Amino acid sequence: MDVVTSQTIGVEVNGTTYEREVEARRLLIHLLRDDLDLTGSHIGCDTGNCGACSVILDRTLVKSCMVLAIQADGASIETVEGLAGEEQLTPLQQAFSDHHALQCGYCTPGMLMSATALLRENPKPSDEEIAKAIQGNICRCTGYWNIFEAIKAASE
Amino acid sequence: MTETTVTEPIVVEEQETRPRYAGQNVPRKEDKRLVQGEGVFFDDVKRHNMGYVHFVRSPYAHAKIRSVDVSKALEHPGVIGTLTGDEVALLTDPFFQISSPPGAHLKDFCLGVGKARFVGEPVAAVVANTRETARDAAELVEVDYEPLPAVTDARRALDDDAQILHDDAGTNLTWEGLYEWGDLDAAFAEADRVVKISELHFHRFNSTPLECNGALVEYNRGTGQWTLITNNQFPGFAAIMMGPAMRVGLDKLRFVTQDIGGGFGNKITSHPQLVACCLLARKLNRPVQWTEWRTDFHLSMSHGNERWFEDTEVAVKEDGTLLGFRTTALDDAGAWLRYEPLGGVIWAQVTPGMYRWRHIRLDFKQVVTNKAPVSPNRGYSRMQHLWFTERIIDIVAHELGLDPVEVRKRNYIRTDEMPYETPNGCVYDSGDYAKLLDTALELIGYDELDSRRADAESRGKLLGLGIGSTLDSGTNNFGQSRLINPELQFSGNNEVATVKLDIFGEIVVTLGTTPQGQSHETTAAQVVADILGCSIDDVNVRAGHDSYWNSHAGFSGTYASQFAVTGLGAVKGATDMLAEQMKKLACVVLGCSPEDIELAEGQARMKENPEAALPFMALGAIINANNAGLPEDLDVTLNCRYVYRPPFQPPDVERKYGNLTLTYAAQVHVAVVEVDPETGVYEIVDYAAVDDCGVRINPQVVEGQVMGATAQALGAATHETYTYDEDGNLLTPNFYDYHVPHALDMPPLKTGSVESASPFTSMGTKGMGEGGGAGIHAVCAALQDALRPRGNPIVFDSCNPYHSVWELLSDPESSRQRVTVESR
Repeated sequence: MDVVTSQTIGVEVNGTTYEREVEARRLLIHLLRDDLDLTGSHIGCDTGNCGACSVILDRTLVKSCMVLAIQADGASIETVEGLAGEEQLTPLQQAFSDHHALQCGYCTPGMLMSATALLRENPKPSDEEIAKAIQGNICRCTGYWNIFEAIKAASE
Repeated sequence: MTETTVTEPIVVEEQETRPRYAGQNVPRKEDKRLVQGEGVFFDDVKRHNMGYVHFVRSPYAHAKIRSVDVSKALEHPGVIGTLTGDEVALLTDPFFQISSPPGAHLKDFCLGVGKARFVGEPVAAVVANTRETARDAAELVEVDYEPLPAVTDARRALDDDAQILHDDAGTNLTWEGLYEWGDLDAAFAEADRVVKISELHFHRFNSTPLECNGALVEYNRGTGQWTLITNNQFPGFAAIMMGPAMRVGLDKLRFVTQDIGGGFGNKITSHPQLVACCLLARKLNRPVQWTEWRTDFHLSMSHGNERWFEDTEVAVKEDGTLLGFRTTALDDAGAWLRYEPLGGVIWAQVTPGMYRWRHIRLDFKQVVTNKAPVSPNRGYSRMQHLWFTERIIDIVAHELGLDPVEVRKRNYIRTDEMPYETPNGCVYDSGDYAKLLDTALELIGYDELDSRRADAESRGKLLGLGIGSTLDSGTNNFGQSRLINPELQFSGNNEVATVKLDIFGEIVVTLGTTPQGQSHETTAAQVVADILGCSIDDVNVRAGHDSYWNSHAGFSGTYASQFAVTGLGAVKGATDMLAEQMKKLACVVLGCSPEDIELAEGQARMKENPEAALPFMALGAIINANNAGLPEDLDVTLNCRYVYRPPFQPPDVERKYGNLTLTYAAQVHVAVVEVDPETGVYEIVDYAAVDDCGVRINPQVVEGQVMGATAQALGAATHETYTYDEDGNLLTPNFYDYHVPHALDMPPLKTGSVESASPFTSMGTKGMGEGGGAGIHAVCAALQDALRPRGNPIVFDSCNPYHSVWELLSDPESSRQRVTVESR
């Protein structure tokens, strides 16, 4: 008996619909990066600790290395590539630049998605709420101080 | 959470050549792409038909490899090919060794040949059509190992019964150098007190850049050239390691980088894996892609040097005047000397730390152990040594009942002594260390320390304050490698920039550097725009490095705190040349002499008659596309290349004497901790970091480096450690077990700056970015201060997680046995 190990799924990412055949074990982050060529979301660990792969899936913030691609069948996904309009950065993206909240920029897409999810739920977060919201995102360049300032500025 | 003070940008008097951009917090050119996920990191690049590389790694710390059988892996559907150590030994030569004998005898290949020497060492590689298949197939490679005893403690590496790692060397002591300057006997004779410290330990960790190592490697059969799209941060070094090993000239290795996800020195020694990828791309005739997994990085890549300081003796006067010290530094290099034993001399850039003592003896012994190879890590080798000197200061102050602030001020090199020649011939260019300390203490509210201590005590907590003074030496004189191995033919340093004016007036800058977040595109554009008198928006700085651009030299790369000197020095040099040529061309067209011309507002124009002006576009078009009729002797290309070369002499190998680095940025950090005496759990409740890196081109960028380095130091001081069990298994192979700081871990931070321009650089700048090691020194000192009422324990390790603090609290005496004070 042949064992079925792949399946065709459909996802909407940043408003565009894609259909792909994926192996059962394919991670959502690899679907995004390797199959859909949406390379803005990054991989910084293999264990769900670093948050560089964070995306918003059906309005919920997820680490896309902790979700199988087939679990996303039928879902609507937002990634960093979908944040800005044609020419206009979001206030949060602009605040990250204004406050020097990024250096190498590798953690930034995941950090922006976590902060975007926070500000949608809670437009005026307290200091502690900001820190908690990005606790699952590791940054090795900035020490978080300027990221914190940027999110605070964007919330004001 | 944060309380940040930034010194205002320099205000420059209104004058004709007023800098418009240097000294300003100009928004970063890099940001627009990075905040939109449009950066290009190596793993973002794809090629048709590319295969994915997965390395088979040793599960043993030390084992003979009897055989490697790849047949089952090759039968696995989707597998394209494999590479084994036997093939590597035929196709390549061992990597060039920096060390003199016996380290020189190591035979280091890109895969384990005959033996595996640490858990995680690559012994074979598999290429398949997906990442997952490559990983599956790697499990089908059958390696027959014969386990050997492992050496996991550097202090046991030289025991008679210690297993030898490298039979070719015949000893685990791969390099030793005795450094002695001044008159130790006289210093100890003059001393009122001799403080003896039996052992101090600087632990093993690294900066764990969020992006791991990797490359996409293509081989062009027609030209015999490889293209490596990679995140290696020192292509100049990788090339000189790889070319001879692969038996090809350097023109056959094209390195390309754009965005790199952090480096911190940890991405300098990826050359073995890059060689394996090159061999696979040629063997399989297709592009191959290797992305290191997080666990692979932790197991195998660029750990920082672990160092033991044994039998230290410090000569001190009654009043706290420091005369000198002697010690043995035992450095654990791990299994291979990939950049080592350079750590055996790099520390000497900061031999006396920030202090005036003149009599110093240090016996440096480096041993190999069955652990991951060490390589540069932010603060490379100087951090270990500066931690040691700061520990001496605080232990001496502690034991002699002196104030650590006063001991520092009494012994700091004074600003009127600058430039200061150290006992080993290094020249500290400028600085005001006492002012740095005063500024930091003021930021932290030092005057209120007693009341804060009392307040903490009322809450059942122990409060302590600690100072970390540190130097960030930058712009290496690579001649220091000759102190390691007199046969080496390296010295000096260099970096390259090209600046051109193109047909439509585009100003295009190329650099040899490989930035990983250091904002080179922005700061280079600031320098160029000021010289050419144009808008920063008109300056296009190419992102990253490409060996095809002819904008690199032997030492090109981004490492060791030097861009503000070497990189910007090259940018300034090339732009000055371009400016001169633009003026020369304009005066031919406008019929005047060059001194009549000024560059301003994107034009070359006559000073006395601004109406007579040529826009940059006209100059670019004339030279590049409309040059008939120009005078034959007009030597103008508008395409200028400048190689910056710092003014160095080779050091004196016999005396181990000479100037090893051009600039010395300095930092003083102050930490305040509160310890729960019942559990050892502590919190950093207040923190100040004051930096002096000379003239700052972009203060915000500098402050960002200070913050990031501080965060890394706090992580290292409190939690981060590569811990091995006695069998050589790494116990912290991922971000669960290796705890890097998270947002909730960060203390309130106050930053400040002092500006002592360097007299040795064209813009007064100093390299910076590595000085954060001060955080480790400061936390150690703060803990020792806090625990003082509980039996005076001595902090002897650079990493102090809560359980270590609890041990100091519960058994202070065992730490105290490490220190004795003799009165003379």
